[in-house]
Amino acid sequence: MKRHSAFTLAQQALRGHKDWPQTWAKGTLKPKYDAVVIGGGGHGLATAYYLAKTHGITRVAVLEKGWIGGGNTGRNTTVIRSNYFYPESVALYDLALRLYEGLSRELNYNIMLSQRGMLIAAHTPAQMEICARIANAMQINGVDGRLMDAQEATRRVPLANQSADARYRLTGGIWQDRAGVARHDAVAWGYARAASALGVDIIENCEVIDIIVEAGCVTGVETTHGRVKTSALGLATAGATTGLTAPHGISLPIQTYALQAFVSEPVKPVLDTVLLYLGTGTYLSQSDKGELVIGGGLDRVPTHGKTGNLPMQEQIISGLLEMFPAFGQLKLLRQWAGVVDVVPDSSPILGPAGPKGLFLNCGWGTGGFKAIPAGGTLLAHMLATGGHHDISRPFDLTRFITGRLIDEAAGSGIAH
Amino acid sequence: MTGWRHPTLGSEIDRTKPLRAKVDWEVIDGFQGDTLASALLASGPRTIARSFKYHRPRGVMGFGAEEPNALFDVTRNGTTTPNARATLVPLTDGLKARAVNAQPTAQKDRARWLDLLHRAIPAGFYYKTFIAGGWHLYEPRIRKMAGLGQLDPTTTPHADTPIRHARCDTLVIGGGVAGLMAARTALETGGTVWLIEQSRHLGGTLRWRGGEVDGQAWPDFVEDTRKAILASGGRILINTNAWGAFDHGLIAAYQRYVTDIHWQIRPLNTVLATGATERPLWPAGNDIPGVILAEAAHHYLMLYGAVVGRRILLATGSDASYATAAALAEAGADVTLADRRAKTPPAPEGVLLLKSQQLQSVQGRTEMFGATFNDTFLTADTLLMSGGWTPSVQLHCQSGGKLDWDADKDALVPRPGTGHMRVVGAANGTFGLAATLIEAGLPPQTGPDWHWETARPNPLIKGRVWIDFQNDVTLKDVTLAAREGFTSVEHLKRYTTLGMATDQGRTSNFAGLAAMSEATDRTIPETGTTTFRPPVQPIPFTVIAGRRRGDLFNPLKRLTLEGQHKSRGAQFREYGGWLRPSAYGDDERSSAQTEAKVARETVGIYDASPLGKLDVIGPGAAALLDFAFYTRLSTLKPGRARYALMLRENGIVFDDGVVMRVAEDHYVVSASSSHAEAVRFVLEDPRQDRFDPGRVAIHDVTQAWTTLTVTGPRAKALLDAAGLPVDCPAMGLTRSTWNDMPVRIARISLTGDISFEVSVPTSDGAALHAALEAARIKVGGHWIGLEAVMILRAEKGYIVVGKDTDGSTMPHDLGWGGPRLKRSDAYLGKQSLFTEAATALDRRQLIGLESAEVLATGAHLVPLDGPRRSLGFVTSSYMSPNLNRPIALAMVEAGHGSEVGIFHDGTVTRARVTPACAFDPKGERL
Amino acid sequence: MQLFPCPFCGLRAEAEFHFATTAGRARPEGAPDDVAWARYLYGEDAPKGLTTEIWLHTTCGEYFLLTRNSLTRLITGSEALR
Repeated sequence: MKRHSAFTLAQQALRGHKDWPQTWAKGTLKPKYDAVVIGGGGHGLATAYYLAKTHGITRVAVLEKGWIGGGNTGRNTTVIRSNYFYPESVALYDLALRLYEGLSRELNYNIMLSQRGMLIAAHTPAQMEICARIANAMQINGVDGRLMDAQEATRRVPLANQSADARYRLTGGIWQDRAGVARHDAVAWGYARAASALGVDIIENCEVIDIIVEAGCVTGVETTHGRVKTSALGLATAGATTGLTAPHGISLPIQTYALQAFVSEPVKPVLDTVLLYLGTGTYLSQSDKGELVIGGGLDRVPTHGKTGNLPMQEQIISGLLEMFPAFGQLKLLRQWAGVVDVVPDSSPILGPAGPKGLFLNCGWGTGGFKAIPAGGTLLAHMLATGGHHDISRPFDLTRFITGRLIDEAAGSGIAH
Repeated sequence: MTGWRHPTLGSEIDRTKPLRAKVDWEVIDGFQGDTLASALLASGPRTIARSFKYHRPRGVMGFGAEEPNALFDVTRNGTTTPNARATLVPLTDGLKARAVNAQPTAQKDRARWLDLLHRAIPAGFYYKTFIAGGWHLYEPRIRKMAGLGQLDPTTTPHADTPIRHARCDTLVIGGGVAGLMAARTALETGGTVWLIEQSRHLGGTLRWRGGEVDGQAWPDFVEDTRKAILASGGRILINTNAWGAFDHGLIAAYQRYVTDIHWQIRPLNTVLATGATERPLWPAGNDIPGVILAEAAHHYLMLYGAVVGRRILLATGSDASYATAAALAEAGADVTLADRRAKTPPAPEGVLLLKSQQLQSVQGRTEMFGATFNDTFLTADTLLMSGGWTPSVQLHCQSGGKLDWDADKDALVPRPGTGHMRVVGAANGTFGLAATLIEAGLPPQTGPDWHWETARPNPLIKGRVWIDFQNDVTLKDVTLAAREGFTSVEHLKRYTTLGMATDQGRTSNFAGLAAMSEATDRTIPETGTTTFRPPVQPIPFTVIAGRRRGDLFNPLKRLTLEGQHKSRGAQFREYGGWLRPSAYGDDERSSAQTEAKVARETVGIYDASPLGKLDVIGPGAAALLDFAFYTRLSTLKPGRARYALMLRENGIVFDDGVVMRVAEDHYVVSASSSHAEAVRFVLEDPRQDRFDPGRVAIHDVTQAWTTLTVTGPRAKALLDAAGLPVDCPAMGLTRSTWNDMPVRIARISLTGDISFEVSVPTSDGAALHAALEAARIKVGGHWIGLEAVMILRAEKGYIVVGKDTDGSTMPHDLGWGGPRLKRSDAYLGKQSLFTEAATALDRRQLIGLESAEVLATGAHLVPLDGPRRSLGFVTSSYMSPNLNRPIALAMVEAGHGSEVGIFHDGTVTRARVTPACAFDPKGERL
Repeated sequence: MQLFPCPFCGLRAEAEFHFATTAGRARPEGAPDDVAWARYLYGEDAPKGLTTEIWLHTTCGEYFLLTRNSLTRLITGSEALR
């Protein structure tokens, strides 16, 4: 692996950039691995990296049916935050945020983490009360959240609609200083590069057809590139998870929906924070390139198709303009959708399922990108040790039987 | 100024109407009918823009949505549109345009030094640097440099784009010859035909290339077809872009009209005839101003009389360029045709033809002065390029269509039978008039057929070759991406930003794909294609948003008596989607205190109409409600009411309210005002799925009744004064008539004082209001707003579901454990009340709090000593005017002491735990 | 915008409909064990491809069976519950 720095970049500039190696090696499938991770998105690649780095397990394969980072890792709005309500969630998402904070250096790859702060904007006294409930919970849980008043919120978001006929005027909200955005592709590539350098095989265009189970234990997987043996199998396949588990009688509380995102034409800086508007459900940030990156709620109709639909586009974009009337000057440049795996309590599923040796990392719904370093750390821990990490334990699949849900949406009144 | 205006040519412009615009600092002259681009070419400078990354000088290159360079912030009538494409902006008098991404002007751009750094900042350089110290040190400067146009914070476009829905038998997208022929064919089979054309006129390339169709001169063919479409009852939408193909055949189109219109059309059949985009060529320096697409030059000449240069080189491998060369020569330009091929058609008159010419480089800095072919330098002020054609298949792909590689045409063409639409003409890879007419079913006619030899980027070319002009992606960037393993098309796109600019890669996608396939020694099909998603072109946010803004964005529900409340001085607020009086008086807080006190001392009246009212009628009503509610309702006697909780199957409290049994087979279920519709469907589910729907019906009558609630010690006296019947026990109801109108009075209390809910048909609401107001003047008391009601119910410890409960609250957390322990029959959510979590001993429970100061709602309860953790939180908190002390409700973990810490915004105070009910705990006032 | 056929009202815009559940998840009667109950409550499994689901047409208030392809979004059938 060639070290990245301003110096090597300048050095390469003089040589016409002829010596850059492949960012990650194009692996070929070996017959047997100590651990196999299905899914070459952020979570899968991070899992492989931490297996090698933290646990010293390098005979690891990441199997990706398309190109790495091509699923929800490359289809989200790149927001990173840990403004959650329950201690279990805070432990999970703040682990991710803390790891993100050191990730560019750790991976020697600039993931462009931009901690520009995030405002969850409220419009009514009732919403302000809920915001207080969350901000106080964050502070008790040791995370940097605070209640922000209308004056400061307006200062942070100067173009927000404060006119008399605004449907939703800004009355304040929750502020998290460490929240922000990162370059989503770079997270996948950075983990892939570092994992590959540690000896992990990253196999693209390799689809897993079935999980092989013998005597109640995972023994391998059948892929389009042939059969692979392993006794530790991690699934980091988001919306595709149920397709792999259902044939083995593992019932999962997952429904899949398309979540759309939008990008405007680039303009000079107009918004310096990440903003979620409770009134409209629309959220946005401005990318370093100048594009507004916009998201909103799930489509109404469960689907596995990656196309967006018009009614939700109308809702999200009208929400954008209701909160920022001046943005009516802009045009929609791109629109896309990701298939997200939604769980009734909107918290992920982390832990063993079905045959011995199978571990899940799924159910992130709309919030998986922000959790990548934690999802990788925890799945790696489970694959390496065969058991839960303290942070992953509350997210075990059995919570749906015990009723111990971690329902952030219910607890906070705010969907995520 | 290299371009010039031809004295006679120009079918689009009206020379009697000269216009004047200002671009950067220069005055540009043009005519009515010009686009900003045609005026710039005819009378403007060559360098009119700067590129995104290197700030290279750029000129106009194309003539439509493919234009990568000519982007401006355009101000017209005081309204600014950032990032407008000059090729699509009609010229108007007084228009002001500012080049994006340049300071102070495109020609004098201060950031032009960035181009000197190009070696150090190749594709993806930022991933490799800015690591030490952290990205935040560098980001602000980079953000300021990036971005194209400048948003005008004072411009707020109106929300006036209507959505218009339409249906037709056949929708033809594209008004060129292929589209018109398809329309003609569709008309023959009958039905209505609609046609969408993005420009102002039908005819497509016929408009500048001319020609005959089926023995008719093209203008006659166009006119006849136009008339036939209209005669069939169809429509022609000009200035319209079909921007998206959505589920179940929906086509979304955006029409630029007096105001914009957003069309949503559902055709039975769709024909796609969107043509093709000409590809550039890839010599070194192919981005220097003066290098223009050949078809664009032809277009500008014939439609606007704008001649792009005086000494023109046309580099091509296609027969199509010969007509272009001939037209330019005839207009008076000095034209040299440099054909890649050895075997070519004859040279057009007045044109010098050079064969077997390989274009290597373009010379110039801010303006080109020549180009090199076969190591020979040729002087010229303009280079026209024709590198082949890329079919415009976006909508085909959006509708689920697949593409096949056509090696002859060197293009990806629609795979027949995939997608929802039939694709014809150049979009289908059918190039040239003759071939298009044969495809449309006309017999072969003599006419020039288009032969061409395709071109691809040549990795051996020395110098910098632009693949993506707008995002400054060069051939070297593509090979660097290949070297670093970003070989999948999607990786290439994301790593280099190729095709991600506002021109959506129209002139660059093919070249990038071809360069990558060359660099990785794969064919183009092996290299892959990117997915096309809407929009086909950037479309204004205002079009998608439509009129949903302000009052029309999540419209509020309004009370029938809103005017009456206003005239009594009510302040209004939104509660669960309803606009309701919060208090009567200017100061909401102090008014609420007064109202809450008056309601306890004499009488208060409030509007409770938004309360959901569901009639559940039939012999099966009791059984249905027993199942749907946690509280048993079959044991309720007719004429009586009962407070009931409704759970979902997960055991969580979903709603609460009073259920009245009007008659043996008739219940009225009251639901929280924001929940009425949802409660109806919770009831409908078992009604349809579990019970005999023929034996019970549910009818939402919320909107049919106006309900005014009279509460307080003088409530009875007030009703007496109004002449309303009051002989009704607590939790009982009376149905009667009053002044010849039906009235229902229920003695139900949300306040802890004697209360009567008086309901009359909505049409009689005003009369009821007037009668109660007249009685109030006699008896005393106040109209009270929701804020006072909230205080009164909190004094009693009555909950508001969703405020005092959350998505984890079960009935036994609220002190309603009875049915859980006693009911043996089936009811919604029962099983969930016995899980490990539901039976845990540390569940949060509803309590009251007593404190010195009013607590913040949302404050958390924490242990007074030991490690800080959340025991629960304050859900409601008010100053009680009747107890003269702060009151609060909270959810708290079982096992708390008699005193707890209250954490809010970093500070901890203390509060004493009390029962939830703080006022009249024995219920003696009811 | 998808169009769904309500068996009572005909083709209507998707915004009028509400997804209830995948079909065939019968409510366990009596005293089911926690696992069976959890499976009834949460076992959606997000079928990919052809799927039969229960939808609510909020305009008329009827629940009905809808058969569709969850990937291509083609609607293949719609029938009343009884």
